[in-house]
Amino acid sequence: MENILNFISVNQQIIYIVILMVFVGIEVIGRVPSVLHTPLMSGANAIHGVVVIGAIIIMGRAEADNYLALVLGFLAVVLGTLNVVGGFVVTDRMLEMFKKKK
Amino acid sequence: MGFNLLTICYLIGSITFILGLKMLSNPATARKGNLIAATGMVIAIAGTIFLYEQGGKKLHNYTWIFLGLAIGTLIGTLAAKKVKMTAMPEMVSLFNGMGGACAALISLVEFNHISKSLEPQTLDISAIQPTVLIIVLGLIIGSVSFAGSMIAWGKLNGKLKDFSFTGQNILNLLILAVALSAGAYLVYNPAQHFLLYSILILALVYGVLFVMPIGGADMPVVISLLNSFTGVAAACGGFLYDNKVMLTGGILVGAAGTLLTILMCKAMNRSLQNVLIGSFGGNKTGAVLTNGKDQGSYKEISLADAAMVMSYAKKVMVVPGYGLAVAQAQHVCHELEKILLDKGVEVKYAIHPVAGRMPGHMNVLLAEADVSYDNLLEMEQANDEFKTCDVVLILGANDVVNPAAKNDPTSPIYGMPILEVEQAKTVIVNKRSMKPGYAGIENDLFFQPKTSMLFGDAKKVLQDLCAEVKIV
Repeated sequence: MENILNFISVNQQIIYIVILMVFVGIEVIGRVPSVLHTPLMSGANAIHGVVVIGAIIIMGRAEADNYLALVLGFLAVVLGTLNVVGGFVVTDRMLEMFKKKK
Repeated sequence: MGFNLLTICYLIGSITFILGLKMLSNPATARKGNLIAATGMVIAIAGTIFLYEQGGKKLHNYTWIFLGLAIGTLIGTLAAKKVKMTAMPEMVSLFNGMGGACAALISLVEFNHISKSLEPQTLDISAIQPTVLIIVLGLIIGSVSFAGSMIAWGKLNGKLKDFSFTGQNILNLLILAVALSAGAYLVYNPAQHFLLYSILILALVYGVLFVMPIGGADMPVVISLLNSFTGVAAACGGFLYDNKVMLTGGILVGAAGTLLTILMCKAMNRSLQNVLIGSFGGNKTGAVLTNGKDQGSYKEISLADAAMVMSYAKKVMVVPGYGLAVAQAQHVCHELEKILLDKGVEVKYAIHPVAGRMPGHMNVLLAEADVSYDNLLEMEQANDEFKTCDVVLILGANDVVNPAAKNDPTSPIYGMPILEVEQAKTVIVNKRSMKPGYAGIENDLFFQPKTSMLFGDAKKVLQDLCAEVKIV
């Protein structure tokens, strides 16, 4: 019990961020028209590619003899970058088509 | 100094993500919103590479980092640029899976890292327990998202078929329960390394079995759900490194993705539970029956007749569906629209919210073919206008125009809002065959006196129709 309370008080900043972000996330897309569902999903998909930062930190911290971290970290950087770049480019391609042509 | 600058970078990143999502939910600003979020992402990533330090030490292994970034960027850009518009949904699923895998890999490495630091002094387990918990959560969610997205990708591009067996739901829950309890035990006793790999395997298996029985038309909902899973997995990473931009980005997507999933379900008038447990795809017995009543016969119409009817109509409403997307017929559809327009026929499009493979899919497809945004009517608008239409041309849509959703309480799609095309004077249905649509039920509409069928691949039929209309 004390552990849990301790955990909460140590990490209270993070817990606040999580709670507020949940509401922000719900609020910002609350009134999206259904035509934008697919691009929005794709855009959100690109944003969670931010996980690549974790992969970069792993790679950057890995000692030269820590092959597990090096190999998996490298793989993670590649996959994360794919998520980010592919996600944003695909979204842009979808949205490019929405612009009105006169 | 450098590290403080990094904080600013992350702050900018978080703000652009929120702004980007906000702008993405409005047609006028969507494209800019995407660019803004992308810019924020570049700032956050570049900041991490050059400014991150831990205990006064900067990052190293730059060669490998940049190589990884370059490979990812190259493949990502090529794949995203080359993919056909009809294949967008599976592309999103694939990229989502990559993110999930990335999160799972991070968890694997970090656990290894932490268990190494544990070896010399086994005294204070309680200090690392929260970290292990986050690692386990990130691993499970990331792996489920990865495996699920891969299956969704395979199913959408037709490589995998639906697959289900009795008791599958129970087995799924069992696997999930075992994985979670193994995770809980690992948190309790972090020295049991092998458990981590069992959890990884169980989570992957769960991801596969979870998506396997869900039918093609429900894939958008599943992808959206997995998308929000990956968001949460990314947030776990943010917790691990006390990294605010990962945390905010991840949770933001987790929350927005969950809401988006619910909105998509609402558009189909179904609950999320219903989609996941799958009464649609699984229930094959009720599908073949048509309430025992004879449907009567349908009538076909020749291309020339169809062209004639449409040329002399005042107003034609096109109802595009899955068949249009599969046949890639959007351009020739616009072609037909132009030809009819030259003949003084008013042409509009009625877009059901879940027509195609993803909500909004039809809009993207038609926009690609330069169909004006103003001519696309949403369901309510379209339902008001059907009365005034002379001809409704249905292109590969089926369940979204099935009147059973309104009149037949025993129908599995009862209650789903539909396009009420039977209010128009004539209905022409283009389909490849009389095979039922995704829901596996017969469509009374096809047997109504005012309906005539025009069989064939949508693209081929539309091309021929264009030629016929020209010479009328």
